[in-house]
Amino acid sequence: MKRFILIVPTIVAISVIVFFMLYLTPGDPAIIYLGDTPATPERLAQNRHAMGLDRSLMVQYFSYIARVAKGDLGRSLRTAGSVLGELEYRAPSSAELAVAAFSVTLVLGISLGVVSALWRSTWIDVAAMVVALLGVSMPIFWLGLMLIFVFSLGLGWFPATGFGGWQRLVLPAITLGLLTSATLARLARSSVLEILRQPYIWTARSKGLNERRVVGRHVMRNVVILLITVAGLQLGELLSGAVITETVFARPGIGKLLVDAILNKDFPVVQGVVLLIAVVYTVINLLVDVSYAYFDPRIRFE
Amino acid sequence: MTTLRRVRRSPGMMLGALVLLVMVVGAIAAPVLVRYDPLALSPSDRMLPPDPHHWLGTDGFGRDVLTRILFGGRISLRTGAVAVSLAIAIGVPLGLSSGFYGGIVDRGVMRLVDIMLTFPGILLALVIVAILGPSLFNAMLAVGISASPTYARVVRAAVLTAKPLAYVEAARAIGCPNARIMLFHILPNVVAPIIVLGTLGIAGAILAAAALSFLGLGAQPPQPEWGALLSEGRNFLLNAWWIATFPGLAIMVTVLAINLLGDGLRDLLDPQLRS
Repeated sequence: MKRFILIVPTIVAISVIVFFMLYLTPGDPAIIYLGDTPATPERLAQNRHAMGLDRSLMVQYFSYIARVAKGDLGRSLRTAGSVLGELEYRAPSSAELAVAAFSVTLVLGISLGVVSALWRSTWIDVAAMVVALLGVSMPIFWLGLMLIFVFSLGLGWFPATGFGGWQRLVLPAITLGLLTSATLARLARSSVLEILRQPYIWTARSKGLNERRVVGRHVMRNVVILLITVAGLQLGELLSGAVITETVFARPGIGKLLVDAILNKDFPVVQGVVLLIAVVYTVINLLVDVSYAYFDPRIRFE
Repeated sequence: MTTLRRVRRSPGMMLGALVLLVMVVGAIAAPVLVRYDPLALSPSDRMLPPDPHHWLGTDGFGRDVLTRILFGGRISLRTGAVAVSLAIAIGVPLGLSSGFYGGIVDRGVMRLVDIMLTFPGILLALVIVAILGPSLFNAMLAVGISASPTYARVVRAAVLTAKPLAYVEAARAIGCPNARIMLFHILPNVVAPIIVLGTLGIAGAILAAAALSFLGLGAQPPQPEWGALLSEGRNFLLNAWWIATFPGLAIMVTVLAINLLGDGLRDLLDPQLRS
């Protein structure tokens, strides 16, 4: 319960940072907001008043919050469309990619990590960890381009760009999922090794339980706990990677929206996207924390 | 003696160090090693596949790819080093004071760190670049600043382990001033995690800066930064695959080498860091 309350100051802090982004930028906010239109003194004054820049900073901040609460995230400088509308339009593409990539990450990362730990120091372990190390060292955008080159341009199995249909999802999901699973595999391996060292595993073995039962019952249950935290940590990587993956595969998602907006200096859009991503990330972290407490009885009864 | 033996028993680390050395030497010696100018346009030599004259081919403007990769190495390696130095310069003092002084300083710093960490991965760097504008320098700043919270946390944890140690108490008992205690008694305990984190951090910084440049938010053309090279090569993927492939390989090999070195250092210096 306490954690739900703690989330409020965090979100407040995020909104403050996002709000102040505009003012930290070198240059007059009024001019920035006009974008490329020529700025005559009259227009500037008019704009300043319209933006409310002649009021105190506190008042401006609160009116910003009030607008956001009503769902008004402003209008794009480039398209004059509502920022919220843009976000809604692009959410499905990003959501689809996130879910698909996360599934790949979980399946690949966990199985690789667990198998590595269980068959420690055998060739399986070494091979898996070499692959994981390669994955961690590889730039996402390079992997994406290489996959496009081989599977799209070369073999023609999958389309290279765009959104819609499962075929367009395969390459981006593999790109993003593969790299995040590399980190997850390494973390999973050390987590499982950590668990295997615990006294209660020795106890179970000395009781004469056959290895399968030891692994199945005692190890896996605790592995799940650790892996929830670990998988939650991957979310950050996934979000960052999504920004790049969407650009490489030209998917109309939120990440690409952010990058384009930064390049175009389209501040309302940048603010809106950053706000959304930061809040979503915080909420999901909270959910992970809560579920961690649920699965680990030791924490629940603290 | 034992340390040296442990180093020799770690082939990964040796390999990583060796490869890294090769890359660094290649980058430093770049102007001497190559015949071509990385920035000179040569329309008659556009998009030549790898051959004895151009070992890695030429790009869309006729520039030799190998040359551009070598010069790009200077940029990428320097970017990684600068970004990590910045992260250390910001994060270590914060972590030191937070762990050492405790109380309100600790709470304040940790709150700041938590706020910075509410922005996942690259997002903080993107925000900073959005504010300052796209350029290689701003990308270095952005990556450095967004990496600093981790250093603050790790250093703080190390300080908290070192503080209760007997010799710190002893130093305080004889009236040693705080600054001196921090510098001579606590800092040595903190150095090991910083070395490990810093080494691995350079790898991360190179990747992050390359990503920013790839997106057009870092190094601007015609700078041959590796990420920017990949972005250029993207347009020629069908006809001239070498333009994108080799810079990417360069990134991967360098980062791999640094990771091997860093992992080895971690096993050597601070096995506790594995968790």
